[in-house]
Amino acid sequence: MIEYIPFIAVVTMIFIGLYAVLFRRNLIKIVIGISIIESGVNLFLITLGYREGGVAPIFTSLPPGTTYPAGMVLPVPQALTLTSIVIGVAVLALMLSLVMHIYRKYGTLDVRKIRRLKE
Amino acid sequence: MNIIDVLIEQSPALIIAIPLLGAFLMPLVSRINSTVRNIFGLLVLCLTGFFVGILASDVLANGPRLYIFGAKDLAVPMVRILFEVDSMSIFMALITMVLAFITLIYSWSFMKDHDGLDKYYTLVLLLITSTLGMELTGDIFNFFVFLEISCIASCALIAFWISEGEALEAAFKYIVVSAIGALFVLFAIGLLYAQYNALNIATLANVLKYTFLDKIILVLLLVVLGMKAGLVPMHMWLPDSYGRAPPSVTLIIMGATLASFYGVLRVIFTLYGNVLSTTMRFSIPLNVLVGWILITLAIISIIVGVAMALVQSDFMRLIGFSAVAEVGYMFLAIGAGIAALGTPYATTALQGGILHLLNDALDIGLLFLVAGAVYYITKKRSLDDISGLARNMKYTTVFFVIGLLAVVGMPPLNGFASKFLIYESVYQLNPILSIVAILCSILMLAVFVKVFYAVFMGPELPAFKNVTEAPRSMLLAMGVVAALMIFIGLFPNLVIDALVKPAADALLNHAQYIGTVVGGV
Amino acid sequence: MFSLESGSGFWNPILWIFIFFIAFLLFYGIRGFGKSAYKKDTDQTKAFLSGNEESSAEEMHVKASNLYWGFTTSMKTVYTELRKMHTGNASDYVLWFVIILAFLFLIIGVM
Repeated sequence: MIEYIPFIAVVTMIFIGLYAVLFRRNLIKIVIGISIIESGVNLFLITLGYREGGVAPIFTSLPPGTTYPAGMVLPVPQALTLTSIVIGVAVLALMLSLVMHIYRKYGTLDVRKIRRLKE
Repeated sequence: MNIIDVLIEQSPALIIAIPLLGAFLMPLVSRINSTVRNIFGLLVLCLTGFFVGILASDVLANGPRLYIFGAKDLAVPMVRILFEVDSMSIFMALITMVLAFITLIYSWSFMKDHDGLDKYYTLVLLLITSTLGMELTGDIFNFFVFLEISCIASCALIAFWISEGEALEAAFKYIVVSAIGALFVLFAIGLLYAQYNALNIATLANVLKYTFLDKIILVLLLVVLGMKAGLVPMHMWLPDSYGRAPPSVTLIIMGATLASFYGVLRVIFTLYGNVLSTTMRFSIPLNVLVGWILITLAIISIIVGVAMALVQSDFMRLIGFSAVAEVGYMFLAIGAGIAALGTPYATTALQGGILHLLNDALDIGLLFLVAGAVYYITKKRSLDDISGLARNMKYTTVFFVIGLLAVVGMPPLNGFASKFLIYESVYQLNPILSIVAILCSILMLAVFVKVFYAVFMGPELPAFKNVTEAPRSMLLAMGVVAALMIFIGLFPNLVIDALVKPAADALLNHAQYIGTVVGGV
Repeated sequence: MFSLESGSGFWNPILWIFIFFIAFLLFYGIRGFGKSAYKKDTDQTKAFLSGNEESSAEEMHVKASNLYWGFTTSMKTVYTELRKMHTGNASDYVLWFVIILAFLFLIIGVM
């Protein structure tokens, strides 16, 4: 049971994020929602790489007695997560700057009022 | 080994590296002056185009080509980042390069009076890099990275006219939708990695079992990439952003959209190529189910796109909705090709769809260029405020008429050649689909006749008595596209034999794609 | 050589243009039989509006949004639905995405 908790957390985070994007009106909260989804996905990737009793996957400084490669946690998901975090920061910064400019032009952060483009 | 062989061997990496380097050198070069900047941009694109060209000639002659980052040969295929270029990828790369050249030439005049052009050209080159990356990569995580880069670059370009609130709004909607989409792609990639310990498409396709998780992955990838390509009812970001982005960059944003469409093809035909014939409950094979799902969404796309385009009054937004309909035609052809996989008309449908991809890029692209020229001259967006421009803008009018005839599929222009293949093959799957497609084509004619009347015909309004023709570089860009369209229209079989047939064969023959990486399948 | 085969039909643009050219010649020949009674810059070229004066260009201009009034009015039910669907709300864009996702999960998951 205990090993499923990370996956439950992942699904919960994705749903919380989706809830925020779908049903919150404030643009900042929508951005926070997207951030939560991203953290959920990152957590998922990290969980994939976990091995019980594994050591950090640094080939040159393996503790003596580790079996290679079975004794290491998987390095690929960590690389993926790092990349994903970097991209996430860029997207987050872009979104927040857009929200800032939208507030200047529209004078509101309510997503229902920011719809001059419709129909 | 002579120099050309070495260049061809290194070209997949160089195609990405050159525009990327160019993008980040652009702010430096822009400090000298604007002419140097324009020439530098063109130079970067020429160099990239040269490598795409030699790679295309090699791939079309010798089959798929592999580029492995950081190693000479493929000892452990799982952990290397691969670029795998087959005829389909190179076809997409050629389209992207054509769109990129036209964008650049058009931008010279169109964006002349704006400031912040160093950032503009940087973003343009970044978007081109990411689009090419999505098309050439053989690694699914790499695909995600390029998808995100293209999402960031296009969002920034959509918001380029930052003084308009609507541009910001369109950009925000675009980034919300594509950020969530991209995260779901990442989730699907995580699921794939969890099951098969691999990230490159060929290895994954080789071992894919179609478990329950694979079903989830298929749905996630299909829906996200379909959304990024503009399938109804997930299309709403598309008219917003196409309508509000500077018309000069709409072309390459459309290139990125088409790269997502390419992603759909790659997922279905290559990643799930081995399991497409798996029978499921009620003894329905997977390909029939996926095919009919795509056909349903495609027909809705065509109808909604055309119907909404009919009532638009904003010129560029109207073209955005007709772009949705055009995407629907491509998905209709692809859906029919998948649903009837193995029959001769499935291959025809696939070829029609792939040719329509090229035609859609050119037709809608030309219309956006014309819309941009009209906006540049009149500074008006709404069709209600413009009238009688044909008197002073003769060349633009001619280009618009060519674009109009092509986009509605009038013979002998290029739109007809591909729509002919689509109608004829889809008719054999189900006649009703073909009839709906033709009727919507006629409605599309009504849409653009309205635009033609409103913008170019009609009484001469006093405000536009002294308008002049669009600047020369814009006319040149439109002329190049129009010439390409007429050429494809008159000699469709040349293009089909040279580019489309190999591309369709590459999609259908997924064993070759897998075999290039895995070996001895 | 230049014809495009679809398996059940063919399309040859060169042939088509040739036929179109012949049709054009025929049309042009027939046009030659007509009367040449047209005189430039006379009352003959002016618009006749039952004797009323011609208004200025802005007033005479039929706006683009009015062009297909008949069609859009007769299809009103469809267009009201379509307009309602395009809310322009960013949350709704994501909602449609989630709906399609759920729908396809249902179809492909069950099958």
